[in-house]
Amino acid sequence: MIEPSHSGEFGAPRGTYHEATPAENNKLGIWLWLASDCALFASLIATYLSLHGQTLAGPGPKQLFDLRITVTATFVLLCSSMTMGMGLEAAQRCDYRGVLRWLIPTAVLGLAFVGMQVFEFTHYVLQGLTLQVSDFGASFFTLVGFHGLHVSFGVAWITSLLIYVFRKKRVDQADAWRFEAVSLYWYFVDVVWVVIFTVVYLMGKVG
Amino acid sequence: MAAVTERLVGTAPRTRSESGVWSWITTVDHKRIGILYLVTSLCFFFIGGLEAFLMRLQLATPDAHVVSEVVFNELFTMHGLTMIFLAIMPMSIGFINYMVPLQIGARDVAFPRLNALSYWLFLAGGLVLNSGWLLGGAANAGWYNYAPINIGQHVINGVSTNLNPGPDSMGITFYAIGLQLAGIGTLMSGVNFIVTIVNMRAPGMTPMRLPLFVWTTLITSVLIIFAFPAFTADLFLLTLDRLFGTGFFNVAQGGDVLLWQQLFWIFGHPEVYILIMPAFGIISEVIPTYSRKTIFGYSSMVFAIVAIAFLAFMVWSHHMFTVGMGPLVNSVFAATSMVIAVPTGVKIFNWIATMIGGRIRMTTSMLFAVGFLVCFVIGGMSGVMLAVPPADYQFNDSYFLVAHIHYVLIGGALFALFAGIYYWFPKISGRMLDEHLGKWSFWLIFIGFNVTFFPMHFLGVEGMPRRVASYPANLDLRLWNAVATFGVFILTAGLIVFLANLRKSLRSGQAAGADPWDGRGLEWSIPSPAPEYNFAAVPLVRGRDPLWVEKTYGDGHMIPYVPGGAAPEAEAGGHGHAAAEGHGEGGPGGEGHGAGHGHGIHMPNPTPLPFYLAIALTVAAYGTIFKVPEIMVLGLLGTFFFVFRLIYDHDPGHHVLPEEDAG
Repeated sequence: MIEPSHSGEFGAPRGTYHEATPAENNKLGIWLWLASDCALFASLIATYLSLHGQTLAGPGPKQLFDLRITVTATFVLLCSSMTMGMGLEAAQRCDYRGVLRWLIPTAVLGLAFVGMQVFEFTHYVLQGLTLQVSDFGASFFTLVGFHGLHVSFGVAWITSLLIYVFRKKRVDQADAWRFEAVSLYWYFVDVVWVVIFTVVYLMGKVG
Repeated sequence: MAAVTERLVGTAPRTRSESGVWSWITTVDHKRIGILYLVTSLCFFFIGGLEAFLMRLQLATPDAHVVSEVVFNELFTMHGLTMIFLAIMPMSIGFINYMVPLQIGARDVAFPRLNALSYWLFLAGGLVLNSGWLLGGAANAGWYNYAPINIGQHVINGVSTNLNPGPDSMGITFYAIGLQLAGIGTLMSGVNFIVTIVNMRAPGMTPMRLPLFVWTTLITSVLIIFAFPAFTADLFLLTLDRLFGTGFFNVAQGGDVLLWQQLFWIFGHPEVYILIMPAFGIISEVIPTYSRKTIFGYSSMVFAIVAIAFLAFMVWSHHMFTVGMGPLVNSVFAATSMVIAVPTGVKIFNWIATMIGGRIRMTTSMLFAVGFLVCFVIGGMSGVMLAVPPADYQFNDSYFLVAHIHYVLIGGALFALFAGIYYWFPKISGRMLDEHLGKWSFWLIFIGFNVTFFPMHFLGVEGMPRRVASYPANLDLRLWNAVATFGVFILTAGLIVFLANLRKSLRSGQAAGADPWDGRGLEWSIPSPAPEYNFAAVPLVRGRDPLWVEKTYGDGHMIPYVPGGAAPEAEAGGHGHAAAEGHGEGGPGGEGHGAGHGHGIHMPNPTPLPFYLAIALTVAAYGTIFKVPEIMVLGLLGTFFFVFRLIYDHDPGHHVLPEEDAG
C-alpha cells in the first residue's frame, strides 16, 4: 500500500479515538442551548434599553424601584447558587443524603426568589405600572418576568430531579450529568440576573 | 444489501412495526426523520408554488382581477413564508438529517428523540401558520411583517385606526405563533447537529477531513442558534402587542416601529445564509463527484464558510438603508455587505477550479450545480448593486429586489437542493431517477426560471414596486410582466416533469446499488437505502473523501475501526471490540451510540413522546391564538408533562445484528 507522506491529508488517525458518551452529548447540548438563550436575553435587554425611557403617564424606575426588595432577592438567588454548587459536588460523590441536603434548599431559595418577584410585581401594578400603560412597563415586565419564568422552570427541574433520586433512594455515577446540566442552567439564570439587576435596577435608580 | 437478521430480547417490551403510519410517528431514526422533512417540505413547496402561480396570473395583464387585493396580500406573504420557512430550510434540514450522520460515520444524531421533536414542531408550525387561511385570514403583512402594519389596531392622534388592510388581520397572530413553534424546532435541530458533528465523528474524521456539506451544516447550525433567538424575542413581543395590549411597536404607547425591523433583520440576514449555506455544501459534494476530482482549495472553502457566517451577523441593516439611519451607518453596513462578496467569490472560483481539468459527467445533478453557479452569480451581482445605499434608494422595494431574492433563493438554494435530490435520491430510495426526464426537467426549470425572473430586473428599474396587486395599463409594464408569467408556465412544466420522474422512479426505477456515482464520501460505502444502523462496523477514516481514499490506496471498501489496532485489516462487520460504555441513558435524547460488537448494535427505541409533546404545544398555541386561557394552560401543562417524561424516561434501546454487506 502506498501512503503519501503528508499525513494531514491521508493516514490513520493519530492519538486515541474516544467515542462520546450520551452524558457528554447532553452536556454539550445544554451549553449550546444556554448560548442560544444568551442571545434571547440579549434581545430582550436591548429592547428594554431602547424603550425604558418611555414612561409616559405611568410611574418611572426612580420612584418605583425599592432596592431593599431587589437586593434581598439577589442575595437569595446568589445563595441558591452556592447550595447548588454543594449539591452538585454531593451528586458527583454519589452522596444521596448530601444531594437532598443541598438541593432542597436550592429549590426553596429559588421559590423564595420567585415569590419576592410576584410580590414586587403586584406592588408595581398597584402603583400604576402595567404592561399597557407605558413601554417602560411593557419592556420591564417582559424582561424581568421572562427571567422569573426561567427561575420557575429551574425550580420545576430541580424538583423533578429530587423526585427522581428520591424514588431511587440513591444517586448513581450515571446520573451525574443530570446534576451538571441543571446546575449549568441554574448558574446561567443567576448570571443573567446579575446583568438584569445592574442594567434594570441599579441603572434605573442612578441613571 | 444488509438486512436485520435478529433482534435480541432482554431489553424492553416494545411494539414495533417496520412500516405503517405509527412507525413513522414514533420513529427516532435520523434517516426516516430526514425523509419526513423532505416529503413535507416538498408538499409545502408546491403550496408556495401555487401561491406564486396565482400571483403571476394576477400580474400577467394590467388591471387584472384574478384575486382581490386582500387575498393578494395574503398570497405574497404566505408565499414568502412558505418558501423560506417551510420549503427551502426544512428541505436542507432533511438532507442534513439523512446525510450528515452517514458522512461522518455515525449511527444516528446525538439526540434522536429531540430530532423527532424538531420535525413535529416544524410540521405543527407550518400547519398553524397555514391554518390561518381557514380560520380568519392568513398573514398579510409581507414575510418580514413590518410594524405597525403587523399590530393592526394603531392609535393615531388619539383615534384608533386599523393600519392593516386585511379584514381583521387575524393572520398575523397565526404568523407570530406558527413561526414561534417552527422556530423552536429549528433551534433544537441546530443544537442537535452541532453536538452530532462535534462529538460523533468516526475515528480519523478530523475537522479538516469533514465533507464540506458537514462543514456547512455545522456553521448553519451555529447561525441558527444565535440568529433565531432574536426572532423568537421579536415574535414574543409581537404576540404581547397583539394579545395583551402592550405597545412595543406602537408609537402611541412609546413604542418603536424600528425595533421590529432591527430584531427581525438581526435574525433575517443570518437566516438567508441559513438558507444558502447547506446549498453551498451540496454543490461542494456534487461538483467534485461528477468532476472526478477532490474539491479545489478545501481549506479556503472552510475559511470562506466561517467568514460568511461571521459577516452574516454584521450586515443586517443593509435591509434598512432607506429608513433613515444616516450616511455613516449606511456606509458601514454597505462596506460589510460588500465584503461578503469576497469569501463568496472564493467559493465560486474554487468550484470552477474543481471542474477545470476534471473528467466531467453532465448528469442532471451536475447540470443543476452548473445552473446554480450561473444563476447564483447573477443574484450575487445584483446583491452587490443593492448593497450600494444610493442605488438602493432606487432599487428598494421594487421588482429589482424581487429578481435578486429569487436569483439567490431559486437559482441559488433551490437549484442546489435539486442537485442534491438527483445526487442523493438513489441513496435515500435505493432507486435511480431517470436521467432523460431529469434533463428535461432541468432545462425546463432553468429556462422557465430565467424567463420568469430576469425581466423583473427591468420591471424594477422601470419603477414597478413589489407587493402591488395590480398596475395600470399606461405604465408600460405590460410586456415584461407578460413574459414573466409566460416563464412561470415553463417552470411549472419542469416541476411537473420532476414529479413524474419521482413517481416513475419510485414505481419502476432502476436499482441504485451502494455507489451509483462512483462517490467519494462515507455515505456511498453502505447499501442504498441505508440500513437502520447505518454502518455495520464503525469505519476508519484515512483521509479526506474517505471512500475515494480507499478506492485509490485500498481495496475500495472502508476498513472497520479496531481500537488500538495500528494496522487494521478488513474484517467482517459487527465484530469484537469496545465493551459497551454507559449507553442506554434515557436523557433528553441521550440514547446510546454503541459500537458494533458481539451483542449487536445498540439503537434507540421508537417513542411517540415527541409527537405527543408537539401536539400539546400546538394545543397551547391555538389556546393563545384564540385567547382561551384554559386551553393554553392545559396545553402548556401537557407540554411540561411530556418534557419531563422525555428527560426521565429510561430508554433501554434495542440491539440489532447487522448482516455482512454484500461484496
